[in-house]
Amino acid sequence: MDFNYTEEQLALQDTLRRFIAKDYPFEHRRALAKSADGFDRAAWKTFADFGILALPFPEDFGGLNGNAVDSMLVMEMLGRGLALEPYVSTVVLCGGLIRDAGSAAQKEALLPMTAGGDLMLALAHHEPGARYALDQVATTATAQGEGWQLDGAKAVVLGAPAADKLIVSAMDGKGMSLFLVDARAPGVSLRSYPTQDGARAADVKLAGVQVGAEALIGPAGAALPVIERAIDYASAALCAEAVGIMSALNEVTLEYLKTRKQFGVPIGKFQALQHRMADMVIATEQARSMATLAAVRVDSPDSAERSRAVAAARAYIGTQARLVGQQAVQLHGGMGVVDELNVGHYFKRLTMIGLTFGDADYHLGRFSDTLLAA
Amino acid sequence: MDLNFTAEEQSFREEVRSFLRAKLPVEISRKVLGGKRLAKDDFVRWQKLLHAQGWGASGWPATFAGTGWNAVQQHIFDEECADAGAPMQLPFGLKMVAPVIMAFGNPVQQQRFLPRIIDGTDWWCQGYSEPGSGSDLASLKMRAQLVKSADGDHYVVNGQKTWTTLGQYADWIFCLVRTSTEGRQQEGISFLLIDMKTPGIEVRPIIMLDGEHEINEVWFEDVKVPAENLIGEENKGWTYAKFLLGHERTGIAGVGRSKRELKKLKEIARKETSGGRPLIEDQRFRDRIAQVELELMALEITNLRVISAEGEKKRAPGPEASILKVKGSEIQQMLTELKMQALGHYALPYLDEGLAADWSGDPQMPAYADHAPPLSGQYFNVRKTTIYGGSNEIQKNIISQMILGL
Repeated sequence: MDFNYTEEQLALQDTLRRFIAKDYPFEHRRALAKSADGFDRAAWKTFADFGILALPFPEDFGGLNGNAVDSMLVMEMLGRGLALEPYVSTVVLCGGLIRDAGSAAQKEALLPMTAGGDLMLALAHHEPGARYALDQVATTATAQGEGWQLDGAKAVVLGAPAADKLIVSAMDGKGMSLFLVDARAPGVSLRSYPTQDGARAADVKLAGVQVGAEALIGPAGAALPVIERAIDYASAALCAEAVGIMSALNEVTLEYLKTRKQFGVPIGKFQALQHRMADMVIATEQARSMATLAAVRVDSPDSAERSRAVAAARAYIGTQARLVGQQAVQLHGGMGVVDELNVGHYFKRLTMIGLTFGDADYHLGRFSDTLLAA
Repeated sequence: MDLNFTAEEQSFREEVRSFLRAKLPVEISRKVLGGKRLAKDDFVRWQKLLHAQGWGASGWPATFAGTGWNAVQQHIFDEECADAGAPMQLPFGLKMVAPVIMAFGNPVQQQRFLPRIIDGTDWWCQGYSEPGSGSDLASLKMRAQLVKSADGDHYVVNGQKTWTTLGQYADWIFCLVRTSTEGRQQEGISFLLIDMKTPGIEVRPIIMLDGEHEINEVWFEDVKVPAENLIGEENKGWTYAKFLLGHERTGIAGVGRSKRELKKLKEIARKETSGGRPLIEDQRFRDRIAQVELELMALEITNLRVISAEGEKKRAPGPEASILKVKGSEIQQMLTELKMQALGHYALPYLDEGLAADWSGDPQMPAYADHAPPLSGQYFNVRKTTIYGGSNEIQKNIISQMILGL
């Protein structure tokens, strides 16, 4: 039992904290959200320099061999900075999939480039109508000579507009498989849009997309457990991001309670507000505990243990994040609902996290169903 | 960052388990696990058994014959004791007055009182709250007047304490008393140890919602207390009381007991049926169990985070303990509520005999299972947890003022 970070982890945390304070202030972020790319390509290169794009990859492929606790640290800081860069899509999700299921040749071709900041990836898995279910894919992969033809539609593919390559799930004769697809290949069309929190996503249509034999990631027909694991990783990362945002929201809200005056006193003198602030602090401490649990257990080789812990953390943090986000807005009064202040943007990101890869109810259901087994 | 227990911690857990298997009397653990009524002797007997093992005071330093265990070891010990169905070690002597005597008592007081606490000889109770002084404790009025005399100085104590838990069994009571009415009200309070056998003390029972006699009023009329029973300095009692409130928080979250009760809730939800199916298959009910479990999973880690940080920095527990108190008490209440609800309409009968250790069901009431009788009473009883020890509203004041500086 040890709750301390290593020296290296603390140093990385400090580096990111300083980067966000100096090079990624809120005004910069606001402008980025409205720019064409929707994120900062220079920051992406800086992330490569920091090593965080290489974090979860094996050393043999230019990685740092980091674990999910390292990732938690990074995500917490990216949360505080409201970073718009598609870190989860490229590094955690797709990088994780390639690390776990890719061939040596695919890892060699993709991971060092990703680590260096020269390749962006997006996972095109969820489909319209399937909601959060991971096992429902209607997209088809039809054998065509040595390769396949892909046809189907993918919903709200995070990071797709910037992605060089997509990892697409599709049903072949054997079951669910994953394919690496060039984002600009003929037959791939993107309906791109900003998300509510200023990031970028797209609905992706695949019509007669031709891929070669080398596009298959992992064994044919056996992609579902790989996807479940990758989504659990991404979920653990989102938990940490949410905790970073909740801490930041508590800080700005506390500052506001101490400075905003009404009735001749700082509004933080009022007990109704004090207790709400106390509730936010309690919620955040408890959420931090659950994010830690998710980070530690997501590396577990036991998939039942892994997914139970992640579902628990997402269900719990989903609920606590809603409380902290809504109350932060409420305690800021009118200032909470204007675009100018960071509070509303933290709230929006927190809200969107709560709807990504399953909401609190969905994850509560996953967790609750494990009670039947025991 | 590692949430797994080390090999040493695991072997310590094994050591505690084998001790519990060997020494915890089954007639006691059966009562605890079944929610049956416990007698004074159950508590005392267990304390003596622990003391014989050298484990009488898991939170005390070795200099006072405590175990000297670190926070994680104490946590493991608490968890295993709870799981095995050991009676709770009552906090009044071990965790409340003892640390004050260690920190502020003189050597004579330490030698006089501490050995009799750890070996189970003396039963202590707490004299803090008064009818007019609950959350506003510093307004307390019970008067102690110093009288100088040739046969030894003494205090004359007049007034009333209330909510005195298990005071009916107590040999001693530690009291906050008013020794001055000048200056700020906090500055006129002293910390006095009073022998319950002293003439002029009367204990009157207060019956709680579960019908049980757990708490009392304690009345003091011209009670003569030797001046040597004063802890530290006169009028400094508030400082000692605050020390006490901030001390010894490793058990405050009640994680071990709540884990045991969660297990019990799940067992009950498997046994009880709804429409012929196990209740746990009812998704609405199962989700509510799941929600409490999530709270408890989070609290377990928060608790370990707080106590291991305290262990490392060797500092007194801080206001973070308020977080543990708020969450821990809420979880206890949710668990008792769900256990009661699991019974369906069989939550309604009040069968006093069902709390007796030897009760084994009633043939006239086939659906009224052995586990049922205590559950509604527990729900009513445990409403106290968000009220006592500084109500949860007071805890939130502490968080806002001491952690957040509002």
